[in-house]
Amino acid sequence: MKYILMMASTQDQFDWYTKWPKQDLQANIAFMRSFNKELKDSGVFVATEGLAFPNQARIVRAASDGTPITDGVFPESKEFLAGYWIVDVESPEQAYQIAARVSAAPGPGGKPGNMPIEVRQILTGVPKELL
Amino acid sequence: MTPEHVEFPIERLLRELTPRVLGTVVRRFRDFAAAEDAVQEASLAAALQWPREGPPGNPRAWLTQVAFRKMADHIRSESARRDREHEVALPETTAAEATPAEDDTLVLLFMCCHPALTSASAIALTLRAVGGLTTGEIAHAFLVPEGTMAQRISRAKQTIKISGIPFQLPTAEERAQRLRAVLHVLYLIFNEGYTTSAGPTLRRNDLSREAIRLGRLLFTLQPGDTEVAGLLALMLLTDARRLARTGDRGELIPLAQQDRALWDPRQIAEGIALLSATLPKGSVGPYQLQAAIAAVHDEAARAEDTDWPQILALYDLLRRMSDNPMVALNHAIAAAMVHGASKGLELLDALKLKHHRFEAVRAHLLELVGDRDAAIVHYRTAAAKTESLPERNYLLTQAARLADQSPRV
Repeated sequence: MKYILMMASTQDQFDWYTKWPKQDLQANIAFMRSFNKELKDSGVFVATEGLAFPNQARIVRAASDGTPITDGVFPESKEFLAGYWIVDVESPEQAYQIAARVSAAPGPGGKPGNMPIEVRQILTGVPKELL
Repeated sequence: MTPEHVEFPIERLLRELTPRVLGTVVRRFRDFAAAEDAVQEASLAAALQWPREGPPGNPRAWLTQVAFRKMADHIRSESARRDREHEVALPETTAAEATPAEDDTLVLLFMCCHPALTSASAIALTLRAVGGLTTGEIAHAFLVPEGTMAQRISRAKQTIKISGIPFQLPTAEERAQRLRAVLHVLYLIFNEGYTTSAGPTLRRNDLSREAIRLGRLLFTLQPGDTEVAGLLALMLLTDARRLARTGDRGELIPLAQQDRALWDPRQIAEGIALLSATLPKGSVGPYQLQAAIAAVHDEAARAEDTDWPQILALYDLLRRMSDNPMVALNHAIAAAMVHGASKGLELLDALKLKHHRFEAVRAHLLELVGDRDAAIVHYRTAAAKTESLPERNYLLTQAARLADQSPRV
């Protein structure tokens, strides 16, 4: 079963992250790199991507003639996706374990950040016969 | 051979030869992990060379020779690492090689489906070592990157190495239990063929077909085992409905509404023949019973011709062998078809399952007894819980169909 693990933050939190001391930033980046390797080595990795900062984000809606109308000023409280992982595991509990690992990525002072990670199952195709 | 079973002859030949060649190489070198790599490399070499130059006169000997050379290279580089001066001699042919290739294939299946492995590892290793698929093909079928699948295979081989599982047939006492594990892995591969999908409309039947091929192989090795025959029959009788299970837009079509003209009569006949040959042999197991149930469905020319009393009797038997809640659920459905929807609802009340299929069945039975509003609620609950996108669409559509007639909900 495949799960997506999503890490989201507000604009304030993104701003805060960019101001971390060098040592803390490097520890966080090194953690993410080794975490991804760990996922690959354990045979559960499907995909991961990091996204551009939310100040680059645009909300697009179609106008009545179908042309895009973009909008880029968001409330400070809005949460933006920072990045995601897709893993292929044998149980939801295994996905939660992996999410907890990434949630504990080091923050300032090397303490676990305990970022919230949203875990959602990816739907499959036609269900198997359940005899 | 029907058109969907046509493969390139060389690919087919290679995949049939893989477990036999692997058996020979493992017996000679006693290193399963390295032998498996060597045979895969030999197969890749053959896949490049044979289409250009034509297959050799003795393809099996060719593959064995190439795999032996790869093993010798492997041993040389390993020992060069340890001792640059060391001379490597190929082992002499031993009496062990006189063992029939059929036994080797069986030993391989037992090894790849060993209970020490996770099911994901066992599946990947079985498809590669016995099925002769490449890592890339397996990764593609499961929609994961090739590196991930390579890692699963390598971890599976590492587990086998560490736990010291010997390359030999299990003892007589272990055998029945280990055979169940093999059957379970084949059944998981079969089901994966249904559920793996990149999108709602794309259907991937390759894995189901591969599970059937491996099931046939196992049946030739263990023709006397009634559950081996039962699983093969079950897969054939279920897969026979493959084309009818989804519509043009990938939507799920339940059994009762399927166009039975699309069912594969050849597979149905084969499955029924297998069952007819094994049922009189006495011991009846869960795969045989499930196959028998599938056969009763497949034999009905129209949904309303289905022999539900027989299906109910078969679920009664199955329920005595298995505490699987899905069996109890299906038993309730059969009871509803025989004794009426109220009887089915009564049985469901006693079950208290969390699975979405429970909600879906309840919704259907509530609709049959005329409780439309409650049916809508349960269809929606089931839709929110299912793991399958086509099934979610189906359940939401059922709820919407009822809600259109009953605008209050």
